[in-house]
Amino acid sequence: MSGNVSGLCGDSRGINILKFNNLTKLLLSLSLFFLISVSQAEQLMMTRTKQNFPEAMLKLQETLRDFNYTVSRVQRIDIGLTNSGYETDKYRIVFFGTEKEVALISKEYPHLIPYIPWKIAIFAEQQDTLLLTSNPMHFSNKDYPGADQYLLKWKNDIEKIMDIMRISE
Amino acid sequence: MTLSLRYYYLISVFFVFASTSLQANPNGEQLYSTHCSACHGPTGHGGVGVPLALPDFQYGVTNDYLTKTIRLGRPGRIMPAFNQLTDNEVNAIVKHLRSWAPGKPFKYTDKNINGDIKRGKELFTTNCAVCHGANGEGGKGTGVTFSRPRHLPIVAPALNNPGFLAAAPDLMIKTVLMNGREGTPMLSFLKQGLSEKDIDDVVTYVRSFEKQPHVSKSLQDIEPLISFESPNSLEDTIANIQRAVSGKNFRLIRIQYLNEGLVKAGKENKKQVMIYFCNFDFLNRALEIDPRVGLFLPCRITAVEENGKVTVMSTNPLYMSRLFNNQELEKLCQEMYQVYAEIVEESTF
Repeated sequence: MSGNVSGLCGDSRGINILKFNNLTKLLLSLSLFFLISVSQAEQLMMTRTKQNFPEAMLKLQETLRDFNYTVSRVQRIDIGLTNSGYETDKYRIVFFGTEKEVALISKEYPHLIPYIPWKIAIFAEQQDTLLLTSNPMHFSNKDYPGADQYLLKWKNDIEKIMDIMRISE
Repeated sequence: MTLSLRYYYLISVFFVFASTSLQANPNGEQLYSTHCSACHGPTGHGGVGVPLALPDFQYGVTNDYLTKTIRLGRPGRIMPAFNQLTDNEVNAIVKHLRSWAPGKPFKYTDKNINGDIKRGKELFTTNCAVCHGANGEGGKGTGVTFSRPRHLPIVAPALNNPGFLAAAPDLMIKTVLMNGREGTPMLSFLKQGLSEKDIDDVVTYVRSFEKQPHVSKSLQDIEPLISFESPNSLEDTIANIQRAVSGKNFRLIRIQYLNEGLVKAGKENKKQVMIYFCNFDFLNRALEIDPRVGLFLPCRITAVEENGKVTVMSTNPLYMSRLFNNQELEKLCQEMYQVYAEIVEESTF
């Protein structure tokens, strides 16, 4: 959008608008960085959303797509749960990744193969929905330092995704 | 000063201001929402974690108890230690917790109670062990979890837990024993017929748990995956895995390629195959212990062929288990580790 604005203006004021917009974006990004950096992830990354389960499922898949991930599969974990005394059968595992990263990781860092595609467990807790995944950085291995850039990227993305889910209503 | 230099200074000032202001005035509600509400509920009504908003809990514990609990957690009992938070952030969370029950909580001194340990043990065995376990190890499960109806609103705390013992002064334990805790199954033991002297003896026995060794293993001791090389072709190895899975009484759910769903149909890498399987009794046992076990699910073995070499691998449940800080789950993961290791080993003969 800012590109269009500067294109339409085409004068020094336009350039300032562009710079202002970029500055605004930068400041907003910094704000987001601070909000996220204060919530350093624990070993498990877990959040609660006030959305009910179907809404949360949709929102999660939409958010993953916004972060350029593909949902490769949604696995139901609910067979026989209600027969076993649970009030809910709303429990799913959402697998996601990118074609490029999965190809690269499986070739360069085979010790991570059993853990990819990454997954988020999502289940109903009364009217709310809980989401949970492991912190990718806990799979960092000093023998494969090159993998850290991907693990860190996933961790940062998941933090943002969890944050979006947490505040979604 | 050029325009870009001015922007640079502006951003730097913003950066410093934001950093200082966030550290000086952390938002307790927001921190609670980020770090605590997933387990304890947005208004402290409980869930995977204990209900923090219970008035009797609020008035019965000190800020120091809450602070130490956040800092130390409960090793092996799900509640993690929040070492990464600053003192200001922890204080802000405690302040937010206190907003649910305005009023002054009890104040306890650090006075030690010196009762009769031997007698305290007898009284503990008779009156407390039924809920808190013979050695104070606490009740099983994680609280009101996964919308499952339960008879108890909370699980009896582990009194032998080093996090609890470091956080709770003797007088706090005594007060809970004397008054009970309304809204939970914890009764007043004065009303149950114990004398104050009896209660002192129980407190002294509970405090003696501090001398018990507490085993804490590091993630560094455990490999994150189980992996064996197969002397057979990929196809034969997959057939072996299927046989081994059935032999362990697990049901085969699905076989799919590693990048299936991420690439166009027909373009999958057929040298990377995932075999998914499940045992529903095992699953239910795991869910009863910890509703978060979905991260282990479904069970999976992966077979990969690279440069003519076939490798069979799986996650190591023991490595994953440590992320959950749940000793009960660890026992089940030990079982699961055996299953995985045997399947991987059997399929690579």
